[in-house]
Amino acid sequence: MIGNLDHSTLQQLWWLIASVVGSLFLFLTFVQGGQTLIFTLAGSEEEKSLIINAMGRKWELTFTTLVLFGGALFAAFPLFYATSFGGAYWVWMLILFTFIIQAVSYEYRKKPDNVFGARTYEIFMCINGSVGILLIGAAVGTFFTGSRFSLNLYNSVTWHTPYHGLEAALNPFNLAFGLFLVFLARILGAMYIVNHVDHENLVKRARKATWINLLWALPFLLTILIGLVTMDGFAVDPATGKVFMEKGKYLHNLLGMPAVLILLLGGLGSVIYGVAATGFLDKDNGIWFGGIGTVLVGLAIFSLAGYHNTAFYPSLTDLQSSLTIHNASSSKYTLTAMSYVALAVPFVLAYVAYVWKLMDAKKLTLAELNGEDAKEMY
Amino acid sequence: MGDPILTTVDWARAQFALTAMYHWIFVPLTLGLSFLIAFFESIYVKTGNEEWKKLTKFWMTLFGINFAIGVATGIILEFQFGTNWSNYSWMVGDIFGAPLAIEGIFAFFLEATFFAVMFFGWHRVSKGFHLFSTWMVAVGSNLSAVWILVANGWMQFPTGMEFNPDTARFEMHNFWEVALSPVAVHKFTHTTSSAFLLASLFVVGISALFLLQERHQKMAKRSMIVAAVFGFLASVFVGFTGDEAAYNVAQRQPMKLAAMEGLYVGQEKAPVVAMGVINAGKKPGDDQPAFYQEIKVPGLLSLLANRDPNSFVPGINDLVFGNAERNIIGAEQRMITGRVALAELAHYKDAKAKGDEEEAAAALSIFNQHKEDLGYGYLNNPAEAAPPVATTFYSFHIMVALGTMFPMIFLLVLYFAFKGTLEYQRWLNLLCFFSIFLGYVAQEAGWVVAEVGRQPWAIQGLLPVGVASTNIAAGNVQTTFFMFLTLFTALLLAEIRIMVKQIKIGPEE
Ligand code: HDD
Ligand code: HEM
Ligand code: HEM
Repeated sequence: MIGNLDHSTLQQLWWLIASVVGSLFLFLTFVQGGQTLIFTLAGSEEEKSLIINAMGRKWELTFTTLVLFGGALFAAFPLFYATSFGGAYWVWMLILFTFIIQAVSYEYRKKPDNVFGARTYEIFMCINGSVGILLIGAAVGTFFTGSRFSLNLYNSVTWHTPYHGLEAALNPFNLAFGLFLVFLARILGAMYIVNHVDHENLVKRARKATWINLLWALPFLLTILIGLVTMDGFAVDPATGKVFMEKGKYLHNLLGMPAVLILLLGGLGSVIYGVAATGFLDKDNGIWFGGIGTVLVGLAIFSLAGYHNTAFYPSLTDLQSSLTIHNASSSKYTLTAMSYVALAVPFVLAYVAYVWKLMDAKKLTLAELNGEDAKEMY
Repeated sequence: MGDPILTTVDWARAQFALTAMYHWIFVPLTLGLSFLIAFFESIYVKTGNEEWKKLTKFWMTLFGINFAIGVATGIILEFQFGTNWSNYSWMVGDIFGAPLAIEGIFAFFLEATFFAVMFFGWHRVSKGFHLFSTWMVAVGSNLSAVWILVANGWMQFPTGMEFNPDTARFEMHNFWEVALSPVAVHKFTHTTSSAFLLASLFVVGISALFLLQERHQKMAKRSMIVAAVFGFLASVFVGFTGDEAAYNVAQRQPMKLAAMEGLYVGQEKAPVVAMGVINAGKKPGDDQPAFYQEIKVPGLLSLLANRDPNSFVPGINDLVFGNAERNIIGAEQRMITGRVALAELAHYKDAKAKGDEEEAAAALSIFNQHKEDLGYGYLNNPAEAAPPVATTFYSFHIMVALGTMFPMIFLLVLYFAFKGTLEYQRWLNLLCFFSIFLGYVAQEAGWVVAEVGRQPWAIQGLLPVGVASTNIAAGNVQTTFFMFLTLFTALLLAEIRIMVKQIKIGPEE
């Protein structure tokens, strides 16, 4: 069946797969959000440890999803991988740095003789949760605002600013995008704490943190939404492949793809319901509404950027260098082979979900932290 | 010392080598120790003896410390292909990206998911499921070796693909040829077995230290026996697969083989240099001696390379300048063909852009006749086709020498364990402890052979490193190089201190 799909369908399919992985990653950034909460939410060392251990069981999953997102883009849209990573060099390098320092922090923070002291590793976690997520948001923002690069005849990228991508964070729309993701991650982090930790005071504060962070997120969310519906966009003429500016392009995409509009509104509604359920209705399952909502919003954003004859990685320097899901993709053969491989994804999701359920069946308590396995705790 | 100004590609290479070599400090221990831990825990579950559980937990703690930094150094490697080798990523992303993505789907998720169970699941899941999870971590980490080594094997021996002149890139046309190429297979078997060997040295060495310090003797001896058996089997396998690797190198990368043995002039009954001091100043084609001092075993290299002690093995000079008698086309000749291919490719693109189909077809036809040597068209002089000989030679010889010694160490350990006098063999225990470091040396040396030996190619014969790198000012890459150097070194120091402390604390008893 997969063997019969034509190239263009495969390209759309792979944009969808990449979007799903990217959106799942956004949900899983609850780990990063949790990492920024250790300084604002925890009232004591013990509470800090509770938060860190709650996140510590999931951090690898988030990290691996990011790795897979990179791998999927490399395989399916190599020209994007080459152009964005090679050109917007510094944004990606800084993002990677924040993930490198995160990866050791859980394991090393509490271990004796860790050279830099627990505090340093906590700061590492916080940097990953704030700077890392902010820059990821700014990078995704450039899907709509564009970047200054050009490609030559052999598709080799030249970047036309000396900041190599860092300039993205100065654009108000991109910045709003980044800050929104940071607060969203904090909302999700707080929801996960409520769901996973058994500690009255901490949970009480986490409930409050969900709606306070939602309030903080709102202005940035509005900036993004208003920006999206009013800005000019990068349209592609499907017959010639020529890229041109179109007034209200993303508004047209929303209206032209009503499913995306539903995803966006449904997703936002679900996140808001999750916050209300956690913050005001004393429910513990808000994370699931928040998480599913985040995935839906992510899918909507990626769809707006990539589908409906749109250039998803636009160039401001040379419009015709802009990348679309068609001109940036792998060959038909590779996409087909990869599609067979992707059949494994549901199995992966299934065992991840199964293990998640097993491991989260009992809430995390101080007693467990200080119990028989205390030495192994983060 | 020559030209002090390093270009972008030099910094990119330095950075790749640095980060890959750091990654490789941690990865082999993960690959092997995960299995050893699975063995230990299996014994615990089978016997129900709590002492085996404590032993399992001790090695697991060390595993976790190592694993975290392995992950930290891995992510940068993946994205570095995009940041520093962006032309490469576009030109071969079709083939190279797929294994990386598959690795993510099949291997990393397995590791990431079950890792949490292994560490925090003792009281959350059943004993059986916990054991299963430990095994899954071992399987998952070794699966991550499969796909990345397929990718690396493809770079050493590009197969299963076609050059597409319209996109000016290589496109996959046979997935199985890529995944099952003989180079990929020997890479996997040799690399994983060498990792099992290293992890066994690690367990044997630390346990030997406990014996020397007269601490935790019972636990130390138990660990040592399991690890010595595993290590001995692995080290024998390392020898076999190493031989297979050398054979494949001879067949597909003769220049690398010549550099590994410092062989400049090809010959029949070619010898292996068992030991030698190489003349690092020698250049292809000059008449300086290749060695200042050497001990040779005649015919052995011919045997290794072609499975025939009388066969001819080409030397560096033959491969650079050609050897008509032996039907060897040298780099010199290939450069001429390669330049024609490059010129006709440009010509083809031009004609296409102008819409002149006839001219385009003519250019394409000439291009197709010359495309086999495409990569050589980028070289500036034929001697560039030879890798750094001294580095390759010494690394190879260090690896092989150590590879011959390790199985004997494991045998000695098993012998004295059998006799029940292991704790009294001070010299052996010291040697075991010291061999941990030798194991790491052999590991890094192996990769230096594989990677330095294939220079100047990023993809053998098709894409030299200079063309593969990103178009970015050298200063940027230089800065990130030093950032990584500082960060990874700091993290490594922390890792070692934490490990040492945990070893001092020792297992619970
Ligand atoms: C404990 C580590 C260790 C030991 C003792 C050995 N090797 Fe090895 N070797 C490796 C660890 C390694 C490695 C790190 O795993 C490499 C690097 C790339 C690869 O495929 O494996 C490698 C590469 C490598 C290569 C280059 C392959 C290529 O370029 O594709 C050859 C020819 C050999 N080995 C041969 C041997 C022989 C004949 C050995 C003698 C017993 C030996 N190795 C012992
Ligand atoms: C350039 C080549 C390589 C790249 C791009 C790469 C990439 C990565 C990445 C992204 C991770 C983190 C995965 C996670 O999310 O858990 C990782 C970890 C790992 N990689 Fe690599 N890797 C490379 C070389 C290798 C090689 C050659 C092997 C084995 C033969 C290997 C084996 C592993 C293992 C076992 C881990 C688990 C963490 C650990 O080291 O303990 N990698 N690698
Ligand atoms: C983790 C184990 C590895 C180690 C220790 C290692 C070691 C090295 C070294 C020493 C170099 C520098 C060569 C030079 O510039 O002279 C290098 C370069 C490179 N290696 Fe590896 N390598 C490893 C795995 C891999 C894998 C698995 C891949 C690809 C899948 C890979 C791809 C490259 C590339 C693209 C370069 C840069 C281009 C070049 O200089 O050839 N390496 N590596």
